[in-house]
Amino acid sequence: MSIFEYNGSALVAMVGKNCFAIASDRRLGVQLQTIATDFQRISKIHDKLFIGLSGLATDAQTLYQRLVFRHKLYQLREERDMKPETFASLVSAILYEKRFGPYFCQPVIAGLGDEDKPFICTMDSIGAKELAKDFVVAGTASESLYGACESMFKPDMEPEELFETISQALLSSVDRDCLSGWGGHVYVVTPIEVKERILKGRMD
Amino acid sequence: MSSSLDLPPKGEFSFDLCRRNAMLESKGLKAPTFLKTGTTIVGLVFQDGVILGADTRATEGPIVADKNCEKIHYMAPNIYCCGAGTAADTEAVTDMVSSQLQLHRYHTGRESRVVTALTLLKKHLFNYQGHVSAALVLGGVDITGPHLHTIYPHGSTDTLPFATMGSGSLAAMSVFESKYKESLSRDEGIQLVVEAISAGIFNDLGSGSNVDVCVITKGHKDYLRNHLLPNPRTYVNPKGFTFPKKTEVLSTKITPLKEVEVIEGDAMEIA
Repeated sequence: MSIFEYNGSALVAMVGKNCFAIASDRRLGVQLQTIATDFQRISKIHDKLFIGLSGLATDAQTLYQRLVFRHKLYQLREERDMKPETFASLVSAILYEKRFGPYFCQPVIAGLGDEDKPFICTMDSIGAKELAKDFVVAGTASESLYGACESMFKPDMEPEELFETISQALLSSVDRDCLSGWGGHVYVVTPIEVKERILKGRMD
Repeated sequence: MSSSLDLPPKGEFSFDLCRRNAMLESKGLKAPTFLKTGTTIVGLVFQDGVILGADTRATEGPIVADKNCEKIHYMAPNIYCCGAGTAADTEAVTDMVSSQLQLHRYHTGRESRVVTALTLLKKHLFNYQGHVSAALVLGGVDITGPHLHTIYPHGSTDTLPFATMGSGSLAAMSVFESKYKESLSRDEGIQLVVEAISAGIFNDLGSGSNVDVCVITKGHKDYLRNHLLPNPRTYVNPKGFTFPKKTEVLSTKITPLKEVEVIEGDAMEIA
C-alpha cells in the first residue's frame, strides 16, 4: 500500500467568476478502518486564503501548524495578509526543503488575490507547483476527480452553479474510491462572503 | 526538528524526516511518486542566436497532472533553461541559479554569461550525485556569442549546436539529425524546433499538449508561450453539464467578509 493510501483523502478546488470553491471529503481512516467521519481537511489561513492538505493526516496537521506559524510571522512583519501567490511559494519552499525526506502531503491552495482575482494551485509532496486556471485535484480519489472535473467544469460560473458543479464532481468521484467519502465539506468564497456547506453523501 | 522550528532556515536541505520515512518504508508503505515532466525539450543554435523549445505536459505516474505547464525557465534576461525530470527539482534548481546570477550581476555590473549559469548548475547537481533529478537544456546569447549546453542529473555537460533531452529526446533528435544545418534563419529555426517538439508530442507518451518556443538573440528575446496548439479539445458540448438533482446539503454557515458600515443618524430631537 502506498503511504498516501494510509488515511485516504479527496480534495478539489475550482475557479469561478470572481469566486472560487474548495471541497474535501470527511473520512479519516487507518488503512481500511474508518475512525472519524468529520475530519477537517481544509483550513483557513486568512479570510481570503484556504489550504487543503491531502495525504498522511499527521503530516497534514504538522504542516498546517508550520504554515500558520510562518503566516503569523509574516503578518507581524508586513502588517498585512499574505497574497495567495506568495503563500504558494512559501509552501513550495517548505516542502522542497524536505526533498530527501518529504512530508507525505499534497496541498491544494485556493485564494482571492489582488483585485479579488481567484487563484488556485496544487503541489506534489516535494513542492512542484501546478498553477491552473480551471481546477486542481489531490488525494486518493484524484484520478476519478480529474475525469469528473474535466467533463463537468465550465469557465466563469457563478457561485451557486460553481457550488453545484464542485459538489457533484466530488461526490461522484469519492463514490468510486473506498478510502474517501463519508460526506463532503465545501467552501465557496466570493469577495463579500464565505459559504461553508456540509454535504450529504454515501456513508460507505 | 529543532532547526525548522525557529525562524526561516538558511536554505539547505533538511533531513530530519528521513529516519521516520525509512521506518515507514520498512513497514511496507511505499513512497509516493513525484510530479515528473515526461517531456521533450530541445535547443538549437541558428545564425543570430539560440532557439529553445519544450512541450507542456506534466505527469504523475501515468496520469496527466498539468496539461499546460511551463518548462522553459527564466535564468537571466539573455539566458533561458528548459528542464526535464522531477518537476520540483528543475524548478528549484533553475530558480536558485537564477537568483545567484542576479546577485552576480549586481556584484560585477555585467551581463551574465551562459558558462556562469552552466558552472553553477553542474556544481549543484554533481554535489547531490544525481539525486536532484534535473536534466536541463541551457541556452543563451552573451558577449562571447550564442551558446547551447545540456546538463545531465549527475552533473556532466555537453556543448552542442543542437540538443534534445527528456523521454521524447529520441523522437526530437531524429528530426534534428535529418534536417539541421548551420546558419539557419530565424523562421527556419522555429519551424525545425516546432517539428522536433511535435515529433515528441505525437510519438512519446510522456510528452504532449502544446509547443512553447523561446528565441534568444543578441540583446533581445521572444518567449512564444503556446506557440502551437496541435491538441485542441474536440467535441465540446456547448450546453455543458446540467444537474437535474441538486446536491443535498446538511448544514450551511455564511461568514460575511466585508465589514458592515454603520452610518450615524441625526441626533434625536426631544421636543
